[in-house]
Amino acid sequence: MRDWLAAVQYATWILPALLLVPLAGAALIGIACRPALHPETQEEYVDGGRVRAIAFGTLLVEALLSAGMWWAFDPADPAWQFRVDLPWIADWGARFTLGVDGISLFMVLLTTFLMPLAIMGDWTSVRTKLRTHYVLLLVLTTGMVGVFTTLDLLLFYVFWEIMLVPMYFIIGMWGGERRTYASVKFFLYTMFGSLLMLLAIIWLWAGTGATSFGYEHILANFRHAGPATFWLFGAFFLAFAIKVPLFPFHTWLPDAHVEAPTTGSVILAGVMLKMGTYGFLRFALPLFPAAAMHPTIRALVLGLAVVSIVYGALVAMVQPDLKKLVAYSSVSHLGFVMLGIFALTEQSIQGALMVMVSHGISTGALFLMIGMLYERAHTREIAKFGGIARSVPVFSAFFLLVALSSIGLPGTNGFVGEFLTLLGAYQTAPLFVVLASTGVVFAAAYLLWGVQRVLFNPLRSEANATLVDLNRRELAVVGVFAVAILWLGLAPGPVLRRMEPAAARLVQQVERGAQVAALPDTSTVRQP
Amino acid sequence: MMLALLQAAAEASPAAHPLAGTVAEYVWMLPLLPLLGFVINGLLSIVPAYHAGPEDVSHDPEAGHTDMAHEEAYEAEATTFHRRWNALSSVVGPLVVGIAFVLAAAIFLAMRAAGPSLETAGAFVRTYGSWMPAGELRINWGLQLDQLSMLMTLIITGVGTLIHLFSIGYMRTDPGYSRYFAYLNLFVCFMLVLVLGGSYPVLFVGWEGVGLCSYLLIGFWFSDESNANAGKKAFIVNRVGDFGFLVAMFLLWANLGTLDYAGVDAAATRLVANGALVTAICLFLFLGCAGKSAQLPLYIWLPDAMAGPTPVSALIHAATMVTAGVYLIARSGALFALAPFASLLVALTGALTALFAATIGLKQWDIKKVLAYSTVSQLGYMFVAAGVGAYSAAVFHLATHAFFKALLFLGAGSVIYALHEAYHHTHREEDAQDMRNMGGLRRHMPVTWALMWAATLAIAGVPVFSGFFSKDQILGAVYGAARHSAIGELRLLGIPGSAILYGIYVLGLVTALITAIYMTRMMLYTFHGANRTGEGERPHLHEAPWIMTGPLAVLGVLTVFGGWLNLPAVLHALGPEALLDRWLAPVVARASATLAGGEVAHLSHATEYALIGAAVAVSVLGIGFAVVRYRGPLLAKREAEAAETGLGAAVRQAYYVDRGIGRYLVEPTIALSRKVLWRGLDVGLIDGVIVNGSAALMRGVAWAGARIQTGNVGNYAWIVAVGALVVIGAVAFR
Repeated sequence: MRDWLAAVQYATWILPALLLVPLAGAALIGIACRPALHPETQEEYVDGGRVRAIAFGTLLVEALLSAGMWWAFDPADPAWQFRVDLPWIADWGARFTLGVDGISLFMVLLTTFLMPLAIMGDWTSVRTKLRTHYVLLLVLTTGMVGVFTTLDLLLFYVFWEIMLVPMYFIIGMWGGERRTYASVKFFLYTMFGSLLMLLAIIWLWAGTGATSFGYEHILANFRHAGPATFWLFGAFFLAFAIKVPLFPFHTWLPDAHVEAPTTGSVILAGVMLKMGTYGFLRFALPLFPAAAMHPTIRALVLGLAVVSIVYGALVAMVQPDLKKLVAYSSVSHLGFVMLGIFALTEQSIQGALMVMVSHGISTGALFLMIGMLYERAHTREIAKFGGIARSVPVFSAFFLLVALSSIGLPGTNGFVGEFLTLLGAYQTAPLFVVLASTGVVFAAAYLLWGVQRVLFNPLRSEANATLVDLNRRELAVVGVFAVAILWLGLAPGPVLRRMEPAAARLVQQVERGAQVAALPDTSTVRQP
Repeated sequence: MMLALLQAAAEASPAAHPLAGTVAEYVWMLPLLPLLGFVINGLLSIVPAYHAGPEDVSHDPEAGHTDMAHEEAYEAEATTFHRRWNALSSVVGPLVVGIAFVLAAAIFLAMRAAGPSLETAGAFVRTYGSWMPAGELRINWGLQLDQLSMLMTLIITGVGTLIHLFSIGYMRTDPGYSRYFAYLNLFVCFMLVLVLGGSYPVLFVGWEGVGLCSYLLIGFWFSDESNANAGKKAFIVNRVGDFGFLVAMFLLWANLGTLDYAGVDAAATRLVANGALVTAICLFLFLGCAGKSAQLPLYIWLPDAMAGPTPVSALIHAATMVTAGVYLIARSGALFALAPFASLLVALTGALTALFAATIGLKQWDIKKVLAYSTVSQLGYMFVAAGVGAYSAAVFHLATHAFFKALLFLGAGSVIYALHEAYHHTHREEDAQDMRNMGGLRRHMPVTWALMWAATLAIAGVPVFSGFFSKDQILGAVYGAARHSAIGELRLLGIPGSAILYGIYVLGLVTALITAIYMTRMMLYTFHGANRTGEGERPHLHEAPWIMTGPLAVLGVLTVFGGWLNLPAVLHALGPEALLDRWLAPVVARASATLAGGEVAHLSHATEYALIGAAVAVSVLGIGFAVVRYRGPLLAKREAEAAETGLGAAVRQAYYVDRGIGRYLVEPTIALSRKVLWRGLDVGLIDGVIVNGSAALMRGVAWAGARIQTGNVGNYAWIVAVGALVVIGAVAFR
């Protein structure tokens, strides 16, 4: 496989191709699916089947293309791979630079594989403005892949904003009752953070000679600049912390999730939340090691991570709406990621990356299955369910498996990430880890209580007794998630090996940076 | 062919382990066999239940027939299938466990054949691939076979096979027959992973895996809310313990840099004996044990766990899973030997739990609840033994308890089965587990009656029955430790350790007395006096079929003769002495000796006779007291108890612990989460005041701001999008 990929020069074109294929698919939908007059009713209509087929086909091609990266990626090489460097805006020194390392590789793969699954799992629920819906999803894919692969800060900002727009419309046009409020809140919240980040990016550009927005250029030339570094870090921090979302910047999330259509929720939770933590790993920590590793700041962030874990779990426990339950559980799970990142050990970083991937799979699957349930019962209110394991046994079996993976049962993907994160973080932040570990109790509490009230207990209502089980399409999608859950739970080695060099490099880079550029009082990284 | 391969493998490495190349190489098949059973039975249960939904599920699929018709058709179909394929589950379920037992027995014989060379060779470790590699951390899928894990494997697969066979009869008419065997097989798989795993993380896979199966089986009849509650409670309470287990692993990795047993045993010498670190590790591990093995204060899930089918209670909640904590401590002997303080706390917790649970057992009416509290109490004894470093005594009691308690539970199952069938005949809704509905069953089910009496005498500690020997060994070990041991030299809150140990010994005796009383009470209420089941039901009461009584009889033999596994030296006239002690010595002897302060104290024969005499006197006294207290006329009354007050009521309500935890822990947490955190902090403060407040502020302050926030964000968003696309497009034209 590797040789064949090398023969077709896979490494030279794959990243641009991943950006262009969805856009081409979007254009194809625009051209091939014009509204036609219905021969009988004389009303305008769009051939929905064709739109879906093109969108799904495009994303399938995208996924298959990206799969080659699994083999073509050299696990031993910590440098950028599949690198592409094209001129873009020469006057500013902004270039179209793309590349992937062990940190971004799995974010890209998560995106490209989650997208077709999300569309296939949520095939029928969107009934209006089909063309717009799928075009937006395709543009969104380009934006997300762009965020994870770009090595130019200006380009990063552009992709960061690009993906905001389709999501805004997806929530605003196909969402639930309070969709306008939710979408505006989502948009303003994120914009607020990212505008500050833009200012910080421009500052960095100016401070490093105003010649280049290139990631490596800025990384090599930016020097610690007193208090300004803390402001710059703060700007990046805010943008990413909102995206994660870290407590207390999380309140856009439950609204956005509940109001978003199923596909939107899957993408939001599965991919977009990881952009925040990815931002910390790629930008906030390597660029400002002294600020990020300043004992006070570090303790503060670790504290917020622990609060997110426990708070998210407790609030998830009392949610009456299934989607909100899962939304708050995301706050809790992403807290583990933040803990792993700021604890900064090899194991904790790899664990954090695993939690990011696992959360994408498990929470993505949970949102998809809640969507399937909603399609049948037209409600997500937990109190309306109960006992449906009798009427939809296959759905229930898979739902339980996914819930268990979210709880972090050993043997599922959820455990590997959480365990490595906590185990690694214990070495630098023992107290925070002991507090965070109580999360395993709360996670069991909120998910199993939710599961019980939906799947178990007496089958009280007639409507629930006649729910229909998964159809074959849904079964296929859920089956793929189940395989991924067990594979990553039992044999995550190949994945961890590909993450390892990048994780090790990051730890080294940040530790060294923190020491070199440290302020007098941060000359050594104290253990919080 | 196979032999040639094995020989080749043996010759390949001359200095290999004595078990290399023997049948022990197939140790990986032990957990895989029941896993195969799980897959087959799982498919048998889920495939026929699958009715694919229509492509567009939101359209009403019930156009043709009414709602109830759908439900009935579904039930009918399930029943047809059920008859056709149940036979396959009946074969596959017990067979995979049975084959595993045969394989385990073969490996055991190979170990015996290896002889003394095995005692010095250490554990037989095989690695089957990498699980979690990260930096220097290497966690592998590795299995470890030694004398301790072998013994556990024999108990699990042996008792497991019997209980699987019993289940064929007990679950015969259940619609979830295949699902039941799937869960039970999966349980055996995880239990074997637990005892055979070569490192703490692999043990943890089994540890949480058996917890999962316990959850699934307690809530097996999930349509009843109380069953589903009980399953959930078991999982969550166990997770409290698992938190401790996790932290212990973090401590081990951070300080010893390894997580497999071989590594920890070797590195443990670096730890400061009785230092804060090793004490912390042991106490966190013990928190895990307290959860899994239902010790104070985490025992609360086990009585509720009786909601599951009775064979499940026998296998999981008596014979195997709940003893995992004892296994873990014996396995971690190298650590506990360095932590006498932690060991003392283990013993003390065990003793208090034993007494506490036994007193509750005195007042229960539900036959399974009596046995549940009795299990908690007996587990306490095991922790007493493990705490004083008498690991082989702990494992001995674990084994005999597995025999007699499995017998008691299965016997209770056969009683419940009989009552259930009888009430089913007359269509009466009565509690088949309430002892007030029993009485006089001796005449209707003599086999069960005789076997359960044997088990009762065993648990009460009547001589020659298995429980007598194991309980006696534990009490003797505590007495010996009080006389001389590293623990005895400690001080806890100013009290000398030896005084505490003498106290524990007395607690043990008192518990033995109470045990004899409540077990005799249970037997009298169930089998003696007049029958209270009902006039119409009485003719339908009968002994269970042979598939159920057969396993009972085998367990009966083990219950009576299990003591011969480990006869005390003073009774060497009965047969070979201390077989089990000698078998386990390579694994636990060093740790036992360290805790004993050099060498395990040997009591004089006179002292031993005195101790045995005291134990026997106590058990006979207890049985006698119960016979007098609960004799004939009292038994005849269906409502034997008046409205109780004071201590009696408190004991009957299990000291209100559950109610207290609900009122002072669970409810406040939920109220806090809902009212303070969610509605107050989240929706109220952060969202209401800060987020929406600042939005409102902006609306008021600036006209431009107002425009952005009143619906024109769409335009703005488009501008950002178009702008971004134009910039990207610029690339193409340069």
